[in-house]
Amino acid sequence: MITGVVIVVIIGLVAGLILSVASIVFAVPVDEKQEAVRAALPGANCGACGFSGCDGYAKALAEGSAEIGLCSPGGEDVANECAAILGKTAGNVEKKVALVRCAGHSGNVSKKTDYDGVNTCQAVSMMYGGDSACAFGCLGYGDCIAACPENAISLCSGAAVVNPDLCVGCGLCAKVCPKGVIAIVPAKAPHHVMCVNRDKGALTRKICKSGCIGCMKCVKTCPEQAITVENNHAAIDYDKCTGCGQCAGVCPVKAIC
Amino acid sequence: MEVSWVTNLVSILLAAILTNNFILSQFLGICPFLGVSKKLDTAVGMSAAVIFVMLIATAVTWPIQVFLLTPNDLDYLQTIVFILVIAALVQFVEIILKKYMVSLYKALGVYLPLITTNCAVLGVTILNFTNGYTSVPYGFVQSMVNSLGGGLGFMLAMVLFAGVRGRIEHSDIPKSLQGLPITLVSASLVSISFLGFQGLVDGLFA
Repeated sequence: MITGVVIVVIIGLVAGLILSVASIVFAVPVDEKQEAVRAALPGANCGACGFSGCDGYAKALAEGSAEIGLCSPGGEDVANECAAILGKTAGNVEKKVALVRCAGHSGNVSKKTDYDGVNTCQAVSMMYGGDSACAFGCLGYGDCIAACPENAISLCSGAAVVNPDLCVGCGLCAKVCPKGVIAIVPAKAPHHVMCVNRDKGALTRKICKSGCIGCMKCVKTCPEQAITVENNHAAIDYDKCTGCGQCAGVCPVKAIC
Repeated sequence: MEVSWVTNLVSILLAAILTNNFILSQFLGICPFLGVSKKLDTAVGMSAAVIFVMLIATAVTWPIQVFLLTPNDLDYLQTIVFILVIAALVQFVEIILKKYMVSLYKALGVYLPLITTNCAVLGVTILNFTNGYTSVPYGFVQSMVNSLGGGLGFMLAMVLFAGVRGRIEHSDIPKSLQGLPITLVSASLVSISFLGFQGLVDGLFA
């Protein structure tokens, strides 16, 4: 009994000693740049850059295999800081924010069923596509709210709304939304189409007061040809949009704001 | 005498690869089998790491068992001591590789730490003694051959199954079976095919 304890303890100690000595003797120096870049990154490990986390991105940056402005939570400041460390120019980094492209709150859209089950959008959407009469809009059970690391999303009369001041544009909410309602858009973009309903106009009109009916008025009005209607709803090309606001003025359902 | 130990070692090797294949006959190491068999190159990388670790693990655990545990009547500590030693060993090898063989370290990648607690590795070291390869020093050779065979068998199963999964990817699978269910079903079918090797090794040298 005692010998057993002693032998296991000795083996453990010897193994631990060998490992700790080896980790010092055979230490591999980490790239200084990598450490500096890692310190400059926000450390949210959100994965918006497409790497496994801030460590992975810092490594790729130090090796020169990644672009500088990929960190959307960090935005311009972090990009400039990384650029200074790496001796490169940051280029044009645009702040991006999440946008819930649905205005189906405030009683605009009706419910088609009474749902009394697990309180997540994921679960609701599995029951005949959700309890909302609109098959495409925000369900309002807040999966995005739970996913948001910055507490930037709140429910406003039954639909999720992103606070653009708090949003870091990491895109985690867009990934969890079963309806794909949330898009990552340029923070500076002045106007958005707040609807992704692909039903025909007449049907959309029946179920939602603020749903895009694809009437093409905005397309015809836009002086820059920045708006297209595809799948029965409008979309704005943010590169072309100058923010004149004429589309919002003519929209009969106020789906553009 | 000369011929008999050659046939003995060859039969140990073949038995470990085919009849007692670690994955498909003994159901050890199923986790990497299902986890990293999606692509051929990762399957080969993982298998190479497993062969490597199985060999060094056997080389270290065999003397511990024979010279330390058995003389002190501590056979019941086998499992815990082996886990301890294998885990430390893999970490040590990882440190060494990172320093001196960066290309191999990168090739093995995440698979090296993953197999720290792989039951196939623990399994082969314990099976060496269950099979009675304890005589000094010949048992050591038998154990090493058994480990090599175990590793090669692991690689065989991984490579075969990577091919099967490649075909599954391009097949029209019913929705309810997509993903893990069809993978498990096909794994069991591959396993059944390995039953065909039962008795092969005994027959070869009978």
